[in-house]
Amino acid sequence: MSSNTTHSGATAYPSSWKRPPLFVQDARLRWALIIGAVIYLTLAISTVEVNWVRVQEGMERGWRFVKGFLTPDFTSRWRDISQGLIESLTMTMTSTVAGIILAVPVGIGASRNLAAKPVYYVCRAIIAISRSLQEIIIAILFVAMFGFGPFAGFLTLTFATIGFMAKLLAEDIEDIDETQAEAVRATGASWWQLINYAVQPQVMPRLIGLSLYRLDINFRESAVIGIVGAGGIGATLNTAIDRYEFDSAGAVLLIIIAIVMLTEYSSGYVRRWVQ
Amino acid sequence: MTMQTDDTTAGAGMNAVWRHRTPRGRLMLWAGWLILVAITVFCWQVMTKDTIWAFVADAPRQAADLGSRMIPPRWSYMDKLWAPLWDTINIATLGTLIGVTIAVPVAFMAAQNTTPSRLFIRPIALFIIVASRSINSLIWALLLVSIIGPGLLAGIVAIGLRSIGFVAKLLYEAIEETDIKQIEAVSATGASKAQILNYGIVPQILPAFFGISVFRWDINIRESAILGLVGAGGIGVQMQASLNTLAWPQVTLIFIVILATVVVSEWVSAKVRHTII
Repeated sequence: MSSNTTHSGATAYPSSWKRPPLFVQDARLRWALIIGAVIYLTLAISTVEVNWVRVQEGMERGWRFVKGFLTPDFTSRWRDISQGLIESLTMTMTSTVAGIILAVPVGIGASRNLAAKPVYYVCRAIIAISRSLQEIIIAILFVAMFGFGPFAGFLTLTFATIGFMAKLLAEDIEDIDETQAEAVRATGASWWQLINYAVQPQVMPRLIGLSLYRLDINFRESAVIGIVGAGGIGATLNTAIDRYEFDSAGAVLLIIIAIVMLTEYSSGYVRRWVQ
Repeated sequence: MTMQTDDTTAGAGMNAVWRHRTPRGRLMLWAGWLILVAITVFCWQVMTKDTIWAFVADAPRQAADLGSRMIPPRWSYMDKLWAPLWDTINIATLGTLIGVTIAVPVAFMAAQNTTPSRLFIRPIALFIIVASRSINSLIWALLLVSIIGPGLLAGIVAIGLRSIGFVAKLLYEAIEETDIKQIEAVSATGASKAQILNYGIVPQILPAFFGISVFRWDINIRESAILGLVGAGGIGVQMQASLNTLAWPQVTLIFIVILATVVVSEWVSAKVRHTII
């Protein structure tokens, strides 16, 4: 970035060095960008209406939340917390498995080197739809269709998993070492055998790693979709915050953080073991 | 996934049959799959214990009903959406700025090669990153709305808090991957710690930094669109109001607007990252 000092003549060496700008080499464009950013920021900040009195009142409540976070209360709402946690965990597990089972054929169909053109476009369309709609919007629709509870959450997370896994799997399949596929094809292997012996061994370690990552994401999302009624620990958290029971809310948040940390560490371990 | 078959080629002798794995390996593999299936089935049964299947069976009819209510979208409602849309974009941008500002020092404290103290400060920085990352912005918003009241500020702070972890994690990984030779060259000139940071490390991570920030901004646009569900401003407020009054044609229009914003922001982010990297 910063190493384009030029030597113009043989004798006239510069006696001092000034660092070239770190981004956007053209000075006029750089200033235009900076001025544009300043104008935008003043406009944006001026439209943010803040009720400072309310904020000041809130500080006391914020302090109570910090205290609640430091002295979490696991016991008094334990029944609700454990119920929400069980819903979240089971939802996470089943939706990840179901999502991956559905994502594998879509992913194979969406890889240019394996699938025929029409199949490729259909699968890419499925991925685009699944990825561009947020979980919470899907959850709202599924709750309206299937009623409240973890089943709607399960469907939401499954739907989101399909797009995520299929896209990454397809990219991975498109990046495989073609020579290995060529070698297997040269033995007269059928399409299924090609998948099984040339593609699968190459993408499996990454697929397992991605599955664990998605398990982690699904758990985090399961804590959110409860807010719109799709079951899980999000519903418990929502209730606790609505009642200003910040010590119970702190307990729920700490449990979420602990589980996320746990999955992150164990998935790192499993990934090393797989590779 | 479940195709761990061992095709035996016909015509070969007893010992000439090639197998992908040893018998022990095969056994372990099957045991692993068995455990996975058992856990999944168990989870499924626990999860669906309280499911009312009559509602599930009724879903196609409900879906058709919902579809008929949602279409056509109420286009005239668009007049009321421009201001919330502007707010949504502001939440994302200002939130990203706050997040990035806090994330940079956290990242330098978390990176192995720049942390002031590996024993005390690094674990704290890592905890900040994990805590920020594991709690979704919607939950941050839920908390902040109950603390500082509904409105844009809660949304901006929520997005900012959520962004810290994401940006800091990717940035500290970038800092750890910096080329040690350039840093050595700068320190060999007798540069101070700050100069090493400024001339040795910053130029190396700057493209990654802008890439990460723009990427996070793109994600934040998506997230700020729904923050209004819990009262944190933006277009989600309109969505919540429409949902509460079962005004499905308006909900459809809001979904379309959100989708369009997401697509545009994704395009912008891809364009910017392409020119940087």
